[in-house]
Amino acid sequence: MTLVLLIAIPLLGGVIAWLSERIDANLPRWIALLCCVLSLAVLVGIAVPLLPSHPADGSAGVWLIHGRVDWIPQLGIGFELGMDGLSLLLLGLTSFLGIIAVVASWSEITSRPGFFQANLLWTLAGVCGVFLALDLILFFLFWEVMLVPMYLLIAIWGHENRGYAAMKFFIFTQVSGLLMLVAIVTLGAQGAVQNGSLSFSYDALLGLDLAPRMEFWLMLGFFLAFVVKLPGFPFHTWLPDAHTQAPTAGSVLLAGILLKTGAYGLLRFTLPLFPEASTVIAPAAMSLGLLGVIYGALLAFAQTDFKCLVAYSSVSHMGFVLLGIYAFNQLAMQGAVLQMLTHGVSSAALFMMAGALQHRLHTRDMRQMGGLWQLAPRMGACAMFFVLAALGLPGLGNFVAEFLVLLGLFAAAPWVAAVAAVGMITGAVYALWLMQQSFYGEVTEGRQMADFGLRDMLPMAAMMLLLLWMGLYPQPVLDLAEPVIRGVSSLLSGNIAATGGGR
Amino acid sequence: MMSPMLSASELVAIAPIVVLTVGATLVMLQIALRRRVLLTRYSTLMVFALALGACVWSGLEAGQQVTPLLQADGLATLFAALFCVTGAVCLLFSDEYLPGLNDQGDEYYLLMLLATLGGVVLVYASHVASLLLGLEILSVALYALVAYPARVPIAAEASTKYLVLSGGASATMLFGFALLYAATGSLEFSAMGTGLRESTLGRGVPAMATVLVLSGFAFKLSAAPFHLWTPDVYEGSPAPVTAFLGTVAKAAPFVVLLRLFFDAGLFDLVGVVEVLAILAVLSMLVGNLLALLQNNIKRLFAYSSIAHMGYALIVFVVAADPENRALAGEAGVFYFFTYVPATVAGFGLLALLNPGREGADAADIDHVSGLFWREPLLATLMLVVLLSLAGIPLTAGFLGKFYVLSAAVAGGHWMLLTALVLGSAIGIYYYLRVIFQMSQKPLLSVPPLGLSMTSRVIVILLIFVILLMGILPQALLDPIQVIFKAA
Repeated sequence: MTLVLLIAIPLLGGVIAWLSERIDANLPRWIALLCCVLSLAVLVGIAVPLLPSHPADGSAGVWLIHGRVDWIPQLGIGFELGMDGLSLLLLGLTSFLGIIAVVASWSEITSRPGFFQANLLWTLAGVCGVFLALDLILFFLFWEVMLVPMYLLIAIWGHENRGYAAMKFFIFTQVSGLLMLVAIVTLGAQGAVQNGSLSFSYDALLGLDLAPRMEFWLMLGFFLAFVVKLPGFPFHTWLPDAHTQAPTAGSVLLAGILLKTGAYGLLRFTLPLFPEASTVIAPAAMSLGLLGVIYGALLAFAQTDFKCLVAYSSVSHMGFVLLGIYAFNQLAMQGAVLQMLTHGVSSAALFMMAGALQHRLHTRDMRQMGGLWQLAPRMGACAMFFVLAALGLPGLGNFVAEFLVLLGLFAAAPWVAAVAAVGMITGAVYALWLMQQSFYGEVTEGRQMADFGLRDMLPMAAMMLLLLWMGLYPQPVLDLAEPVIRGVSSLLSGNIAATGGGR
Repeated sequence: MMSPMLSASELVAIAPIVVLTVGATLVMLQIALRRRVLLTRYSTLMVFALALGACVWSGLEAGQQVTPLLQADGLATLFAALFCVTGAVCLLFSDEYLPGLNDQGDEYYLLMLLATLGGVVLVYASHVASLLLGLEILSVALYALVAYPARVPIAAEASTKYLVLSGGASATMLFGFALLYAATGSLEFSAMGTGLRESTLGRGVPAMATVLVLSGFAFKLSAAPFHLWTPDVYEGSPAPVTAFLGTVAKAAPFVVLLRLFFDAGLFDLVGVVEVLAILAVLSMLVGNLLALLQNNIKRLFAYSSIAHMGYALIVFVVAADPENRALAGEAGVFYFFTYVPATVAGFGLLALLNPGREGADAADIDHVSGLFWREPLLATLMLVVLLSLAGIPLTAGFLGKFYVLSAAVAGGHWMLLTALVLGSAIGIYYYLRVIFQMSQKPLLSVPPLGLSMTSRVIVILLIFVILLMGILPQALLDPIQVIFKAA
């Protein structure tokens, strides 16, 4: 159960960081950084020896590493963790963005840095738990618990309208989570009837024989929880508020990781547990994805607030993930997984940029920017890079991801693919608009602005390298995700033949 | 026939009641001889500790009928222990609060002891006579406790309101029991069940009688639409008394109602389950919706307690089906074991925030602004309490809600589940409001409280207990599951 370390390190690190605030204001930052690096190291340490044995012909339920101990046996709840290629990728993203978030908050957060870093680390612990938990109640536990520190991050260190945004974020997730809890309990009760013993273990609940009506309602409980988190249209309204009001590190975590838990939940739970019902809802899900792509892009274009624009672009990009998952072929699902990673990195970078601008200019309003490239060329170049990544420039990761989604989608639903491709064009429009408004044009008289220093450039460079790598040589990522995706799609009945094997 | 004297084993089985009764008498004598608040405080706490010891001594498995009036079993002992601890905690929270009540505090301690005795008698009751005795001991002590700060108008108002309405509820309940007696010829719970099957009065009278009894209990539990007294009385009472009122005075009637329904099988009567379901749904919705409008934390907790009683009442509807009865019973009992610590902590916290206060408590939401930065320990407790009441995992409240949810799912009560989800969803909003206010910059400048060591220890213990029950509840689940397996 070395996997416990991945949760325990940030959890305990958070407590230490909080307490260390009394000694020195800088100490919590170093401790948080150390914890994130340590988590990443542990993850690499766990994963590297396992990878050669990575099953080439995997099916769902084949884990790289897996462990279970009883927790509350009276209620059928176990402490069960497991990791496969998909969770490994997302855990890697989590640890990486954790480091980025700590660095992003380094000079921004001056009041109570200890408690801030503690909440940041606890959020990371919760997200790691979500990606690892294989007992449904344990999963739900992490799903809910990660909300509390995130809520505090927004409510305490957020911007002017933080109370409203934090509340909205919490309520949206919580309410949809309650529906999922009802579905989990009902599924567990069904499993108890069919297996003879009450258990919420993933493997015990996989492949239950459910009546179609029952299966549909249960699926809907899970689906809603995950689509709200993703977020899919029309449940996206919490996102622009939360992202805009959160402090930079909070936005990085929200956009980079928390949104991915929704997509992860769909792939890990909704599709395998309810294959038939998922086929039924696929057209609706794809429509939601498509609407998200278009609507998000249109709204992004209408924004004057830098951060808000990036937030709406997230809605648009996550629409591709929803499309990819519900296209039900391996190519599109590969694309969706890759999109989760690339969007995680590129949106994190853009939110960092927004935070850096706000820190320097004390505004997020793009109408008050303009000509910033002349003042801060390094910032301009970084912004240009990530804007291009976000709009899907070939050679960068986002292009590969969206291209794969469209390719797979075309085989499943050509018209949807066609409209989604149009969505990519609107993406280019708002992304370039963002650049034009803020970094080009006339400089405001007498404005001075510090350029990026080394501490800002290092994370930027790391993220650039990652996007370049995923754009030029995404094969290792695809290989890791491939067995999982094959397993999921083998469970889906009526799978569309056009797969292409993900290569 | 019973022998006129109680045997030794019977005395052991009801040891908690004996200890509390004798203890209360001794404390009374002590006050008559020597009137010193500090001494009374320690002797009262001693009685609580001894009673708790008696609970442990009489053990969990003692499933023994002691006279037709009392049934000593795991259920009774568990709750007796819970009430003793709760009573003691309420007293400890009163320490810094009480000096502001400007009279000498001896009677306050004594009354708290008597009220606890009433609650304990209730959970042992297996007969209408002992039920009414317990209920009146509890209620009468509470009238006096609520009005203890006699010169505070709001407390006097609360007490009067509670007295008058509670009297009405008791009368309704009595009338119901009289009708049940007419129909069944018995006042003993299990004999009532037998009598019901052979009743000559038809099906209507017992059903109506049960509904009357239920309305009386609904008042005590403050289930909607019998909830109107709750916010005023909660707000007007001194905070430690509210803590007691919100826990023991709720759990005890719940347990005895559970025993009455389970032993007498009142579920089978026409319309009773429907009435229970309506009470549950109304409480969940009314409680949560009205809590949205509150700015006073005491009133907010009052409405939230109405909602929580609604959640708890779900188990009665589930228990109507004999197949799920054991699960429902477990869920109900466990729910109260998670609800009581959170509620005691919530009101106790307000008591700590108002040391030596004369008059109404400063319990507006604005009063806790910046609590995270002023009193981190208290704020952490408040956070844990609110998350537990909201049912967020890792706290006791989540497992309680999870248990009730499981019971409702097992019974397939989708309407009740909908109300539960809806109610919890609304609930999140007002709990978060308080958390948000605590996390902001202080609105008012308040001098630091300087908590005593005792208060600190209790606060830490309560945080610990609420989290522990949410993370490692096994030690509690086992005895609870045993109770209903035997039944």
